[in-house]
Amino acid sequence: MPLIFGKSGEEFEVTTIQGGKGFLKKLMEMGIYSGIRVRIILNPGNGPIIIALSDTRIALGKGMAAKIIVRKLS
Amino acid sequence: MTNALITKGKTINVALAGNPNAGKSTIFNALTGGRAHVGNWPGVTVEKKEGRFKYKEYEFLVTDLPGTYSLTAYSIDERIARDYVTKEKLDVVVSVTDSTNLERNLYLLVSFLELGVNSVLDLNMADILEQRKVRVNTKKMEELLGTPVVMTSATKKAGLNELKEMIIRSKDRKIQPLRIDYGKEIEEAIKKVKESLSSINSPYPVRFLSIKLLEGDIEIIKEVRGLGYERSVEVAMHEGSRLEIGFGYDLETEIIERRYGFIESIIRQCVRRVPTIEEKLTVSDKIDGIVTNKWLGIPIFAFLLWTTFQLTFTVGGIFADFIDTFFGWLAESSAIWFASIGVPGWLSSLVGDGIISGVGAVFVFLPTILILFAFLSFLEDVGYMSRAAFVMDKAMHAIGLPGKSFIPMILGFGCNVPAIMSARTISSEKDRLLTILINPFISCSARLPVYVMFTGIFFKSNQGVVLFTLYMLGIAVAVLSAKLFKSTIPKLKGPVSPLVMELPPYRIPTLKGVSIHTWERGREFLKKAGTIIFAGVILIWLLATFPMSSEYASETTLIGLIGKFFAPLFRPAGFPFWQAAVALLFGIIAKEIVVGTFGTLFGGEGALSASLLKYFTPLSAYSFMVMSLLYIPCIAAIGVIYRETNSWKWTTFITAYSLVIGWVMATVVYQVGSLLI
Ligand SMILES: Nc1nc2c(ncn2[C@@H]2O[C@H](COP(=O)(O)OP(=O)(O)O)[C@@H](O)[C@H]2O)c(=O)[nH]1
Repeated sequence: MPLIFGKSGEEFEVTTIQGGKGFLKKLMEMGIYSGIRVRIILNPGNGPIIIALSDTRIALGKGMAAKIIVRKLS
Repeated sequence: MTNALITKGKTINVALAGNPNAGKSTIFNALTGGRAHVGNWPGVTVEKKEGRFKYKEYEFLVTDLPGTYSLTAYSIDERIARDYVTKEKLDVVVSVTDSTNLERNLYLLVSFLELGVNSVLDLNMADILEQRKVRVNTKKMEELLGTPVVMTSATKKAGLNELKEMIIRSKDRKIQPLRIDYGKEIEEAIKKVKESLSSINSPYPVRFLSIKLLEGDIEIIKEVRGLGYERSVEVAMHEGSRLEIGFGYDLETEIIERRYGFIESIIRQCVRRVPTIEEKLTVSDKIDGIVTNKWLGIPIFAFLLWTTFQLTFTVGGIFADFIDTFFGWLAESSAIWFASIGVPGWLSSLVGDGIISGVGAVFVFLPTILILFAFLSFLEDVGYMSRAAFVMDKAMHAIGLPGKSFIPMILGFGCNVPAIMSARTISSEKDRLLTILINPFISCSARLPVYVMFTGIFFKSNQGVVLFTLYMLGIAVAVLSAKLFKSTIPKLKGPVSPLVMELPPYRIPTLKGVSIHTWERGREFLKKAGTIIFAGVILIWLLATFPMSSEYASETTLIGLIGKFFAPLFRPAGFPFWQAAVALLFGIIAKEIVVGTFGTLFGGEGALSASLLKYFTPLSAYSFMVMSLLYIPCIAAIGVIYRETNSWKWTTFITAYSLVIGWVMATVVYQVGSLLI
């Protein structure tokens, strides 16, 4: 499922990232790539979201978050 | 003895590189003992920060680079960092990493190592690792990476001597570029590209060039082409599509994932984590829950801004009035004093009307700007600014700009100069340029005196409403111009860059940090914009003085002649007399000078109101205010636009555009108004 549908507090594993090359690369170089675990800190539901990569917090636009496909970890 | 050794020139040239918020600035300050700003907004250190210190018999020259994630340059900051590491003759690059997020932080180091950069890996934030009982086998890591490793806690000033020792020990190391195994198919492709690059004369290792070509790195493609290896670029492209068709994967992605695979295997072998209990929300996360809340986010932001403005302009205004009075007094007394000792009139005028008013024009802005900067530095150092960009992202997308552009727009109401400077934090070049270009239309506080004068005379009963319409007009022109530029200028076209931004943890800023930060920006304003304002003032003084037989700024001086020349141009806008043209011309120095100019030209403050009533109607007064609002902001703004865009082309374009827009809008207002009335 796309990351944007996740709820605050849930944890995911990134499976794939879709979309434009430039930003795909930037996301990967910022540490978001397949296999990595992310947690949603805040998803207000109508705009950008905040995710956690271990101790780092990253704000992601809605469009970006829709392109990151994840698997929910229980 | 030791001094003799130092003078022998044992200088070690060191750069600190790393991801944003890895602790570079903190390390830098700990090493050099301060005099560099401790930033909190990722990517705020655009300026190159250098410092020196001595250790043993060596002199260290340290440069703090802007934060960057990789060797791909996405923003100005990242380009600066990359070029510095790749092109400069450095002895050692210290790769500062946040040990709590090693995967991502090691990515940059691995890129350096592939490039063959002499690096020292600094695992910073070791104190946090210790707290979490995470063990790192640095010996093993050194072996696997082929580069020295030290652990530091910058905030606790721990491990710094080890870092210095390590830099000294490794400064003359022979470097072998790191070889990552990219797997059979990619390795074959690399081999093919490498062969086509044989005997290329480039500072980069051939393997590195080959990998970058396969990754489609634009700068490297340019570099290789420039050296006459067009064919290698084609080979790489061919290999890329062959692999994509043959094996169904995207080469760029695959290469990055292999690199991460390599990093993960190193972490697996060297880092022992005690299984942690479920991570809890940090204090920062809890604050974010409120500050970026769907309903509260914007009101909180609005409140903070409102408070900032109120305080800036009430406090700044007091100082500004004081400075204004002071320079007025200085000009007058110098004139009296010069007269008493028999200095010729022109020299007295040069000093009084030219230099003193010129310097005054610069200084009047200073307190307001410093106070505004102090507030902004505070908000930035707390970590709030990136949250503001987050909160505004959605609304700003609607007008074709990212959330980060909102801050410069808001600052524009105070003064366009710092506002334009604050656009630096926008990473996309195109978004940044657009943000700069529309900023002059936001009505700054210097235009207020003009409105106050005219509305006071012509719109006594509804001054507030008229003022409000002018501010709204400025915003509307800014927004519509953004839309217009975006759809017509090729360089500005394209979708708004999506939001991907690191949010630093909140922290309590230090007084020292905020003051250094504020002063650095204020000094820049004084130095750069100041020289331009000053030069402009002198120029206008010259024009208003010659020929010397005429009275200062009268109809027969050069400026009067120029005024007369331009006056007919303003006939359609309703104010075709030379005094108005001259006032607008003077207003280029600073908008509030428009008021003073009318004062001089119409024979002093007393006669002013009567004269204005004779020349202007309420309608032409309004169209004149529209013109004042929209045409060229002021010399300082032009100067800062040039400095920030580094292009006369854009500077000229926006200056000309604003002149045209000002004239067109003033004319439309006057003509349509005439029909209605
Ligand atoms: N606990 C801990 N915090 C640190 C350490 N080094 C830096 N920090 C904090 O990490 C944040 C980012 O540091 P800064 O130097 O501004 O990072 P830069 O963006 O790389 O220049 C600041 O809040 C620092 O106080 C460290 O060794 N331990």
